[in-house]
Amino acid sequence: MPRAYLPVLIYAALVVAFPAVTLILAKLIRPASTSYGPKLQPYECGIAPESHARGRYSVRFYIIAMLFVVFDVETMFLFPWAILYRGWVLTHMGLFALVSMCVFLGILLIGYVWLYKKGALEWA
Amino acid sequence: MQEVTQATMEFMKQYWAPLVCGLAIVAVLPLIVGYVVLVERKIMADMQARLGPMRVGPHGLLQPIADAVKLLIKEDIIPDDADKLVFWLAPVLSVGAALLAMAGLAIGPAFQIAQDINVGILFVVGVSAMGIFGIVLGGWASNSHYSLMGALRSSAQLVSYETAAGMALVCGLLFAGTLNVTSIVEAQRNQGIWFGLLAPVALFTYLVASIAETNRAPFDLPEAESELVAGYMTEFSGFRWSLYFLAEYTNMIVVASVATTLFLGGWLRPFSETRWLNFIDFFPPLLTAVIGVYCLMRTPKQPARVQQLFMLAVAGLCFAVAAVLASPVLVPIAKPSLAAAVRPFYAGIHGGFWFIFKVSAYIYFFMWLRFTLPRYRFDQLMRLGWHFLIPLSIINVLLIGIAMIVGVYYHLNGWRLLLATLPASIMALIIALFILALDQKGEAQKAPSRAPDSYA
Repeated sequence: MPRAYLPVLIYAALVVAFPAVTLILAKLIRPASTSYGPKLQPYECGIAPESHARGRYSVRFYIIAMLFVVFDVETMFLFPWAILYRGWVLTHMGLFALVSMCVFLGILLIGYVWLYKKGALEWA
Repeated sequence: MQEVTQATMEFMKQYWAPLVCGLAIVAVLPLIVGYVVLVERKIMADMQARLGPMRVGPHGLLQPIADAVKLLIKEDIIPDDADKLVFWLAPVLSVGAALLAMAGLAIGPAFQIAQDINVGILFVVGVSAMGIFGIVLGGWASNSHYSLMGALRSSAQLVSYETAAGMALVCGLLFAGTLNVTSIVEAQRNQGIWFGLLAPVALFTYLVASIAETNRAPFDLPEAESELVAGYMTEFSGFRWSLYFLAEYTNMIVVASVATTLFLGGWLRPFSETRWLNFIDFFPPLLTAVIGVYCLMRTPKQPARVQQLFMLAVAGLCFAVAAVLASPVLVPIAKPSLAAAVRPFYAGIHGGFWFIFKVSAYIYFFMWLRFTLPRYRFDQLMRLGWHFLIPLSIINVLLIGIAMIVGVYYHLNGWRLLLATLPASIMALIIALFILALDQKGEAQKAPSRAPDSYA
């Protein structure tokens, strides 16, 4: 099976080479930059930047990231189930498969409702 | 030395098709993206009763090339406090992930780089999601408030809609029973119906989620001009900027291709198994021929000799494509003995046409939404994702599962499976309305304590 990924690997090298080569090419053909002073400051709509940008930002982004881990891992668990589900249904074991996934999703939905009530899904 | 050449020959013999596909994609995709941008500007102009780009080439047909040259020779500015290495690396990462995702897609039955990887569509989704690293790193490296804000918004947005998109894909995969891209399309041929018809709610969910994931209007908060200048791209200029642009449009093509493969029948013709509708095969050559005739008619109206010649060349290209498209249809009619020999060509050529046609239709829908709807506010966007799409998509998966059990119980196949899935879709719609009403009620209760204009 790893052999199947060989073309992908070669293509990956090609794909990384393309932007790298064009960036170097652009460096060779464009005129040298003579900018200095305020032009090289970060853009702040015309005024001088007040502070360093890499400061603190809203904690909501962290909450969203944590929720993402929970829900996306759940989606990943659904993928193998979804692949096998059709076979189970055709051999009349569909109800078993569905109920077991219902239990899994049910636990998650309870968590979702709890998060909803807590206001973790509110942005403003 | 001889052994090395022999090994190389052996290797090339085995992998020449994927290699040619890969080279073709890397060489042609930037051009295609340039013309997608031109088409978008033209459609936007048309919807706003303007002409759009008209100066460079006839009807602005050379505009993408002029833009590319301009971007190549533009001054490259790196802000003083920027992290130089990351600033250099971020666009490469972004465009690399977007282009690499193309490896898993099948444009026609033979045109695919990663032909027998068994994780198929999962590979595409996973790799294209890696593009967010390029955006976040680029926003962080440029040391500008706008960039960082845009990058954070972009990651939060992608992360919020990834789950909904994944659930929508699960709905399609329930019917397909495989992750392999070729097998998914074959499953749609065997079952005689596209999965988008069986699971319209999943298609809708994927549509909305894919717009959010590609940062397109009305969900283009990360690059909202009115608040964030250009979001994570604010400090990028020249060719770096155009790499981000390339990544964005390639991502659009990737999500459109995923939707086409899983929900819209991939490279299959509409009603591909219905004999008496075979005359649909004449549509692709006729369409390209009509475009060619239109170009011919416009030729005398071009002001300069060069423009007339270019227009003629475009017409010629259209006629050539029309001839290529017509040959697999006309040859079996003219010479029935060649019918079997022509069939693989038919699958490849017409399959490619239908795939590109469907992807174009999907992208056209993206553009249409962009020019029609105003931009969302960030808290509205988050609420749509977490309060509406995620619960709806989870419930939709379960409803589709039930519909499949009912379908097998009553031996429903093909179009008759709609009898089982249509009630499930209607149920999902009712639940969607219920979720919306519930959410609105919650909002109404909280309303007095909140300031009326809460921008995120």
